Amino acid sequence: MRKIIVLGATSGIAVEVQRQLARRGYDLLLVARSPERLAALQSDLLARGAAQVLTCPADLARIEKHGSIFEFVRRSFAGYDTVLLAYGSMHNQKDSESSVEILLDELNINFVSASALLTVFAADLEERRTGCIAAITSVAGDRGRRSNYVYGSAKGALSLFLQGLRSRLHPAGVKVITIKPGPVQTAMTDHVPNASRFADPELVARDIVHALERRSPDVLYTPKIWRFIMSAVEHIPETVFKRLSF
Amino acid sequence: MPSQIAATLRTKAASAVPTDKYLSWGRYPKAAHEHVYRPAWSDQVPGIMQAAPSGSLLAYGLGRSYGDSCLNADRALVDCRRLNRILGFDESAGMLRCEGGVTLTDIVDVYLPQGWFLPVTPGTQFVTVGGAIANDVHGKNHHRAGTFGAHVQQLGLQRSNDGLVFCNRERNDDMFRATIGGLGLTGLIAWADIRLRRVAGPWIDAELIPFRSLAEFIGLSRESDGRFEYTVAWLDCFAGKNLRGIFFRGNHSAETRQTSPPKRGPKLPFTLPEWMLNRYSVKAFNELYYRVHAAKHGPSRIRYDSFFYPLDSVRQWNLLYGKRGFLQYQCVIPETNVAAFEELLERIARSGMGSFLGVLKQFGSAPAAGMLSFPRPGLTLALDFAMRGERTLELMRSLDEVVQQSGGALYPAKDARMSPAMFEASFPRWRSFVPYIDPKMSSSFWRRVTEAQ
Repeated sequence: MRKIIVLGATSGIAVEVQRQLARRGYDLLLVARSPERLAALQSDLLARGAAQVLTCPADLARIEKHGSIFEFVRRSFAGYDTVLLAYGSMHNQKDSESSVEILLDELNINFVSASALLTVFAADLEERRTGCIAAITSVAGDRGRRSNYVYGSAKGALSLFLQGLRSRLHPAGVKVITIKPGPVQTAMTDHVPNASRFADPELVARDIVHALERRSPDVLYTPKIWRFIMSAVEHIPETVFKRLSF
Repeated sequence: MPSQIAATLRTKAASAVPTDKYLSWGRYPKAAHEHVYRPAWSDQVPGIMQAAPSGSLLAYGLGRSYGDSCLNADRALVDCRRLNRILGFDESAGMLRCEGGVTLTDIVDVYLPQGWFLPVTPGTQFVTVGGAIANDVHGKNHHRAGTFGAHVQQLGLQRSNDGLVFCNRERNDDMFRATIGGLGLTGLIAWADIRLRRVAGPWIDAELIPFRSLAEFIGLSRESDGRFEYTVAWLDCFAGKNLRGIFFRGNHSAETRQTSPPKRGPKLPFTLPEWMLNRYSVKAFNELYYRVHAAKHGPSRIRYDSFFYPLDSVRQWNLLYGKRGFLQYQCVIPETNVAAFEELLERIARSGMGSFLGVLKQFGSAPAAGMLSFPRPGLTLALDFAMRGERTLELMRSLDEVVQQSGGALYPAKDARMSPAMFEASFPRWRSFVPYIDPKMSSSFWRRVTEAQ
């Protein structure tokens, strides 16, 4: 595995993952909205050891643009072997409760556009009978909570989608990794109280890079403790859980 | 863990940024900030600056300033640590362009394997480029290379009123000199061009020499400055008149063998109880330190990190000083005034309050790179004092008297308590710096020493 496409290259976790991949000399194709940010990332990753860094400015939330992204990949980054989907959006839950527009936007970015995009890459890798698709979902998708169920349901849907995709691509030898980070200290969570106790993105990125290199496990919880936390959370009976305010 | 989970799973609409995490290295004074901005991209900075009320912002890096020059009590900070992109490197000139939040560790990790090193490095590599420029930091090669700012070729300074200002020694040269050593008050250092220096490898040919008097130190310094790029001394500040210390000197070695990158050392997990640090334990430490190093005297080849950054090997060593934190006292005294220097050491020894980190260095005569640069010809001494309330502050005031009478100065990056009069004595031309201050920027230090609101 030497050629990686990162969808949502300017997200907080992606930035750290890319740095670690650069140090290991990977070829990278970065896809994100802002050309200026991509340019800064590109020079940074080249300085830190990436063999090649290509950029493709595109708004991933706009499904009608996905075709041109894939066209760019075919022309300039053929032979890629890994796709990492790293973008997402977490609005304030209260806004999604009062505005259907914001709700749909949240679902579209985190689930609809993500699954559409992965479908395109899945077909390609399935045909080539090789490669790996990894996507960052969230522990928030493991159970619907009062305070964050919109984001959680979109990420949970993406986890289910990946689960099915994994099974579909298994005969073709294409791996699918579901990455479920606990809360991480990035720009996405800065507005959350006690964000300073969240996981260090560098450590989360280390787990992700390790999983990408091994193409395993199928489902990665990072930091590891979240596997246990979520297994406990999932076992709380619904009659109790619905009364919890978190 | 339960509290973490609860905190984690709660997503309230709040702008409650954990402002208590933003301390200075001395952990004194402890300021609370009204807000902390954490931009991830430099294009977010202009918006933050425009929206801020006047005098409300200060850039924050890795918080290695000791006192309150990196704090902005009851106002806001802009945490620059995510603005850490390397923007380019011109191999023919050794010229690096990077964002202000890039750390010296980043630079060394990326460029030392390619045969480049920092032109000047302070005693820790855990500082940002923006911080190194804003404090115009110096290192063990001051007598040869001057300060960090002397190796900055160009800056991109984000200003609230006139956007991104390019400054170098020709263009906006006055803003350039104001920003070097300008304590972050002239704007936010978005990026800088720094000229790195060629080295053969990661090794230093070092030499340790014990000395037993100030005259001996000055002699060693004079004799070494021509032959050695790096010189510095450790001083036992309990010894008073029977001064003793270890003189360190070194050059980059011609040895090209690479080594594995340094490992992250252990971390002090919590603040130590204050009683553990007392005059007896510290005296015993100093005795041991002196003996161990005196026994090692002579030349040896050591890796750059153990030569430049011995304290970086224990992360969060500042917690050693307990809950109340500590103060560092760094002054420079004109070299002609050796008597003043002896008086200073005498007062410290008499107080019984000194601690391990006595560092002594002879500054060179390079012209200052910035308007408010601290280094100037003379002897500089840096000492840590555990904060023990009024008696610690009292001792420091009595040291101020000596420094002021000698025509010396104090270092803002280390200071948490100097009086406006002492600041005036240290930087008599500070008023000519004032016009360059960005109207949106301020700091706890600046308000204190200029008695401004």
